[in-house]
Parts: sequence; C-alpha cells; structure tokens
Amino acid sequence: MIDLILLNIATLGIFVILSLSLNLIAGYTGLLSLCHAAFYGVGAYTTAILMTKAHFTFLPSLIISGFIAAFFGFLIGLPNLRLRGDYLAIATLGFSEIVKNIFLNWDSLTGGPKGISEIPPPSIFGIKFSAYNKFQYLILIWIFVAITYFAIKRLTQSRFGRALEAIREDEVATLAMGIDVTKYKVFSFIIGAFFAGIAGSLFSVFIKVVVLNSFDFMLSIIILCMVVLGGMGNNLGAVLGATIIYFASELPKIFGISSLIPPQFNQIIFGLILVLMMIYRPQGIIPRKKIDYETNIVKEMKLRNKK
Amino acid sequence: MENFNFSTILQHFINGLTVGGIYAFIALGYTMVYGILKFINFAHGEILMMGTYISLIIYDVFLNYFKTPFLIFVAFIISLIIGICFGVTLGVSVEILAYKPLRNAPRLAPLLSAIGVSIILSNLAAFLFGTKSKKFQYPFDNTPITISGISISPNQLMILILSLILMVGLKIFIDKTKTGKAMRAASENQKVASLMGININRIISITFAIGSGLAVIAGVLIALDYKVYPTMGTMAGLKAFIAAVVGGIGNISGAMLGGIILGLLETFGTAVLGLPVGFKDIIAFGVLIIILLFKPEGILGKKTREKV
Repeated sequence: MIDLILLNIATLGIFVILSLSLNLIAGYTGLLSLCHAAFYGVGAYTTAILMTKAHFTFLPSLIISGFIAAFFGFLIGLPNLRLRGDYLAIATLGFSEIVKNIFLNWDSLTGGPKGISEIPPPSIFGIKFSAYNKFQYLILIWIFVAITYFAIKRLTQSRFGRALEAIREDEVATLAMGIDVTKYKVFSFIIGAFFAGIAGSLFSVFIKVVVLNSFDFMLSIIILCMVVLGGMGNNLGAVLGATIIYFASELPKIFGISSLIPPQFNQIIFGLILVLMMIYRPQGIIPRKKIDYETNIVKEMKLRNKK
Repeated sequence: MENFNFSTILQHFINGLTVGGIYAFIALGYTMVYGILKFINFAHGEILMMGTYISLIIYDVFLNYFKTPFLIFVAFIISLIIGICFGVTLGVSVEILAYKPLRNAPRLAPLLSAIGVSIILSNLAAFLFGTKSKKFQYPFDNTPITISGISISPNQLMILILSLILMVGLKIFIDKTKTGKAMRAASENQKVASLMGININRIISITFAIGSGLAVIAGVLIALDYKVYPTMGTMAGLKAFIAAVVGGIGNISGAMLGGIILGLLETFGTAVLGLPVGFKDIIAFGVLIIILLFKPEGILGKKTREKV
C-alpha cells in the first residue's frame, strides 16, 4: 500500500513537470501546442537509448535528453514563425504524428513496437538507486519538480516572461514595441520542450521500460487539460490541475474498482472538462495574476509627492 | 520501381482522384466553418465517424431482411440518408452546445472546446460500438471494371460521380441562392451581415448542417472500401484539413482543388518514390508545412494583412 502511494506521488511529479512546461508554451505565450507528449517521448527514448546502448550514466543522459527534446522544440518552433493559433495546433499535431512514426519504424534504434526495456537504475553521486525503493525515485523526481517550478517561475517574472505574455495578449502590439516575437515564440517552445524532455528522462529510469503507447496524442490532451483546468498562465494552477486530473484518473485504480468503469470513461471526462471549463470558467481554477502596472505607477507617484 | 506507361499513370490518376474527391468532401466542412467562424472545427472528423457508424449499423440491420440486389441498394440509400440526418443533427447541436457560448471568447477557447468535443465523441463511439473495426458489405457488385488496362471499381466510380454532382451542386447553392449569398456575406463580415437582416445563427447552423452532411457521405464511401472504427475520423479529418489549407482555407473552390491535389500527390508520391504505405501521412504533413511556409494563404486564398 505504502509503495502504491509512493509510486503515485512520484508519477504525479512527472506530470507536474509536464504541465508546468506546457503552461509556459500554452498558458504564457498562448501557443496551442499539441505535441507535448512527443517532446516527452523524445526525452524518454533518448535516455533509454543512451543508458542501454551507449552505457551512459544517468545525469549526462538526463541533460542530453533535455537538450535533444529542446532541439525538437526548436524544429517545430521554426515553421511556426509564420503560423498563428489554429494552424500551429495542426502543425504540432502533424509533428507529433511524424515523431510517433519515426519511433515506430526505426526498429534498430527504438525497438519499434516493442520499445526499449531493462533500463538500468540510475546512480547519482555514488548513490545507487534500488529498483524496489520507490522513495529514492520520489525524492529525485520531486527535486526536479522544484527545479522546474522555480526556473519557470523566475523566467515568467522576468523580462522574458513579460514579453511572452505580451505576445499572448496582442502580437501586433508586441511587435510594435520592438520585441522580436519570433525569437520569443521559438524560445518558449525550446524551454518548454527542454523540461518535457527532462520529465521523459525521469520517466524512463523510473518505469524502466519505454514503449510507444506512453507518449500518444491522448497524453498531449491530458496535459493540456491539466493546464486548462488549473489556470492557463499560472504556475500554481498548473500544479493544481496536474494533481486533480492525475488523481481523478488514478483513483479507481487505487481503490481497485477500475474494472467496473469502462476505459473510455476517463477520456470522456477529460473532453467534458475542456468544453465545460472553456464555457464556464475559461480562466481556470486559479486565474493568472494580472500585474497592475497602472496602480503601481500611481502609488509610486503618490510616494514621490509626499517627499 | 514500376515501369511507367500511359495506362499506369492514368490508373494512379484515377485512384488519386477518388481519394482526392473524398478529401474534398470533408475539407468543405472545415473550410465553410472556418470561413464564417474563423476557427477549426476539430470535431468534424468525429461527426463523420458517428454518422458513418449510425448509417452502417442501420444498413446492417436492413441486410437481414432485404436480399435482392435492388432492395439492398435501396436499403443502402435509406440508411445513408438516416446517417446524414443523424450527422447533421449532431453537428448542429455540437455547435449550439459547445461553440455558440464561445463566439466572443478569445480564439483559443473554441479550439480547445472543439478538441474536447472530438475526444468525447471518439470515446463515446468506442464505448457504444466497441473498439474493433467493422467491415460492411458493398451494396452492389464491386468487381472492378477493366478498360484497356485501367481498372476502376464501381465504388470508385460512385465516389467520382457523387463528388462531381455534389460539388457542382454546392457551388451553385453558394453562388446563386439567397442563403448562399447570406453565407458569403456572413463570412465576409458577420456584424454588417447581421445589420442587413441576415440571421447569423441560422446561417451558422446551415453551414454546420451542410458540412456534417457531406462528411457523413464521405465517411460512408470510405467505410465501404476500408472499415469503420472509432478513430477513423481523426486521420481523415486531418488530411482533409490539410487539403483545405492547401486550397486556401475559407475558400470553397479551394477546398475542392486542395482535396484533389492532395489525393493526387499522395498516390503519385507513394507510387513514384516507391515509399511504403505508412509514409503517405508524412507526405500530407510535409505538404502542409511547405504550403504554410511559402504560401500560407493557400493556392486560391486571398492574401490578408493583419490589421490592428
């Protein structure tokens, strides 16, 4: 029982990283990306290949996975120099199909439909992970959750983050302000993909098996649901959304009643969440904070007048 | 590598034209909705799938009672009409329930809502009809007719004839009738159109109805040659969307042209390059990305500059 709880909390951590990183792309920059699962898959496959075939240790393969996923983010970011909203959604969808086809057909590298198994347990700074000790993995994953959270939080509160939000609100006005919209859009994809790749890498050493099914289109939708439910453009919201959706879909399994509920039921609920949230609460459970520049200026001027 | 002579080229041309006709049918639904509401109806492929399921399940029931070829064909037509009615009702009600409340929302909102609807529908179908794919009996003898080395199956012939009739019909409807004129006006400028006394809600419902009806016809025609399964709409829908973009989204002749071009490119691409069948999808997405990079408004689309 305790193992089951640890396992679920550790897996939740991976979803939190995914939802935080998609929040940067979809929530802050307002780019609807439907290929987040593909970035995640690229990260997972990279680590799996590096650790089983090239016998890399964990940390270097983790970092390489992040960068390769980021490179894929750059690739999909490039054509979207010219794409807006809906077109981008389709292009990312197509991209995720292409990535899936590559994984499926490049047998010698990815193992095709069988995937890659027997990924060795990681060892970091001399600490060897044991396959049966879920607690070690839980700590490892949640350390990365914390890193992701603070990295993205700092990023979104900086000049970079303000530029992203400006792009979301009005691209033309942002362009007129002298902000290189293209560069920022591509960077938001690169950074989002990087963290998704990290999540994939953690997943592959945690589960020890990488198969194609774990990275399908439906997963991209689930991550999107997490972001939409929690609140687009709010990091805490992304964490909350991930927690709610993860436990909502795992609860039947935890209580052992999953056989009573048809497998499609979960996904129907995800679809309903998307539709209902858009109609009744598009800002999500925790709406994003609006920075009130005007009152700040007024306050400052009042202070000056007093002096 | 096959050797290419005139008859093989003609054969590929006919095959491509058939596939293209189907794409064009579905693409029309995308492009008409995009023209008026300026968003991609992601659930279009799923409406196609639902209508096809309904129509073919009814057809299967009929087959138990009707045995002569003529009666089977009649049963097919009746079930096709029932399926179309179902698809039209579904399409219009999806619009009223899931898109109408979002008409003034930011652009991302209806798109997300549409993705939600498409997931609900495809999983509902998997739940109701099972995930196994179903095969259906042809309503006519489908042995290919061979004329001087070129073979064409009756189903292909039906697709070609139907697509020709329906596309010409639709073009006349849009260009000549009053409703068609109202649809064009609404896609030009909704506010001004409504000031001129056009009932925008009615026009949008009609648009969804026509699009869904055409999609169900396409779905049934595909299902006869291939099979019916809960995710059949997704890939067909994506390809058709690409066709709509290639032709110029929002443009009705563009959707027809785009569908046929995409169908021809796919068939010739796999035949000439000798690619495995799985790569057909990559051709389509490659075409999409190339078009979006070099001529994002599509072949027949108007160039618009974004104004503030």
